[in-house]
Amino acid sequence: MAKYYSKLMESVASKEFTISGEIDPPKGSNRKVIEHQTELLKPHCVAANVTDNPLGIVIMNTLAPCVIMQEMGLEAIYQATCRDRNRIALQSDVLGAAALGMKNILALSGDHTVMGDHPQAKPVFDLDSVQLTAAIRGLVNGHDMAGKELDVAPQMHIGVALSPGLEPIEPEIIKFEKKIEAGAEFAQTQCVYDTKVLERILDLTSHLDIPILPGIAPLKSVGMAKFMAKNVPGVTIPDEMLKELVESKDIKETTINITAQLIADIKDLGFPGVHIMPVGMDAEVGEMIKRSGVR
Amino acid sequence: MIIVETKKIEELAESLAGKKKVLIVGCNGCVGIHQQGGERQAEELAELFKLDKVLKNVDTTVTSILRQCDKSIVKDALTDLAAEADAILAMACGAGVQVVAESFDIPALPAHNTSFIGVQERESETFYERCVACGNCILHLTGGICPVTRCPKSHMNGPCGGLYNGKCETDKNRDCAWILIYNRLKALGELDRLKTIMEPKDFSKKTHPRSQEA
Repeated sequence: MAKYYSKLMESVASKEFTISGEIDPPKGSNRKVIEHQTELLKPHCVAANVTDNPLGIVIMNTLAPCVIMQEMGLEAIYQATCRDRNRIALQSDVLGAAALGMKNILALSGDHTVMGDHPQAKPVFDLDSVQLTAAIRGLVNGHDMAGKELDVAPQMHIGVALSPGLEPIEPEIIKFEKKIEAGAEFAQTQCVYDTKVLERILDLTSHLDIPILPGIAPLKSVGMAKFMAKNVPGVTIPDEMLKELVESKDIKETTINITAQLIADIKDLGFPGVHIMPVGMDAEVGEMIKRSGVR
Repeated sequence: MIIVETKKIEELAESLAGKKKVLIVGCNGCVGIHQQGGERQAEELAELFKLDKVLKNVDTTVTSILRQCDKSIVKDALTDLAAEADAILAMACGAGVQVVAESFDIPALPAHNTSFIGVQERESETFYERCVACGNCILHLTGGICPVTRCPKSHMNGPCGGLYNGKCETDKNRDCAWILIYNRLKALGELDRLKTIMEPKDFSKKTHPRSQEA
């Protein structure tokens, strides 16, 4: 049996339905925010991502929350984006993260600087996500991008993103194949709400040997659902789901039920797990999982 | 060609503060061809000076030359005129302004902000950036469409997750370069090119200032 460094990969390999969560670092140095989210997610998730300044909005970095949550017993999935660091900084950060005990890393492109609250910043994008994946694979194999040997290679599993709803989907699938060729071992997807989209991605990736955890974020309101459908690339909200939200007498209850149903559908379709981005509903994640019946 | 954008008149007034005799020099190279800084635009700028409450007091002389990025042309054409001026307002790209600046003992000031290397689309009367002079052309691999320039992230291996209806996350009117490349390669029967991992670019080739033997 292959050796796994992380609980996340062990869980996937054990064929257990694997649930990863996500921690949103605060805009500030308030470690209590991290501790609170960790306490809420720890009983339900095998590991949780820590985002890397999504949209290019300045918040606490990725590594500090990763360390805090691992000290508290929740395994981290360290997100690294190409937006703010060149190949020197990215590799250096990976080495440091490994020395601090990180076992999973998610290699991402990162949102462009013009999307965030510091649009004047110089975007880096020295590498793209395929090249970053290859660079991390090199480090894990014991050498940096210049071919220099490392004094103790990082022991990490490399994850990548997949956007199941993009149109046209073919270039996304080709890029996904390249990420796997470059050394990716697991994938998490952008938010998906439509089982048709999930079925399509299963079909399009059936030739690929990689666990894919579809991403979901609870739809907390009609406004959020409409916003996501309008603004988030590749996201479609099925009409029935929107109707359920519109007609809801108890929105929180409806949100939990819709999310639970999605989790159940994802398992029924045969995915090895799910990636839950709680977007503030960390306290309800346990109930969503319970109602889904996946455990 | 090099695309420029003329500075605001207030900014020009600020940079010309205290100058009494200004030589306005148009460039009939790239910026002249695109009617952004040629002979006619130089004359129009001098007319604008007359309407400005500060610049109307400046004594202007207007001329234009074949191109400002050639030092021998600059010296032959401007030496006599420069001797009569306090400053030169060069309507060239940043390279042209610098050649003028190093040719004479009086200040040479830019009339433009240099925007990019681009092309003009006649129908929409818009200039589009097409080359960032990266020093390592890969257009033969990408269907003649440059991802380094046309993808705001300069991605080398396909579209990012910000792709939305064929457009870019940075601007809903901007085509995703990688969808353009995908469509073009597909039409050329060369889609397999997309399947090969492109290595990171060698930015040492872009260490500026660059030089090259003629």
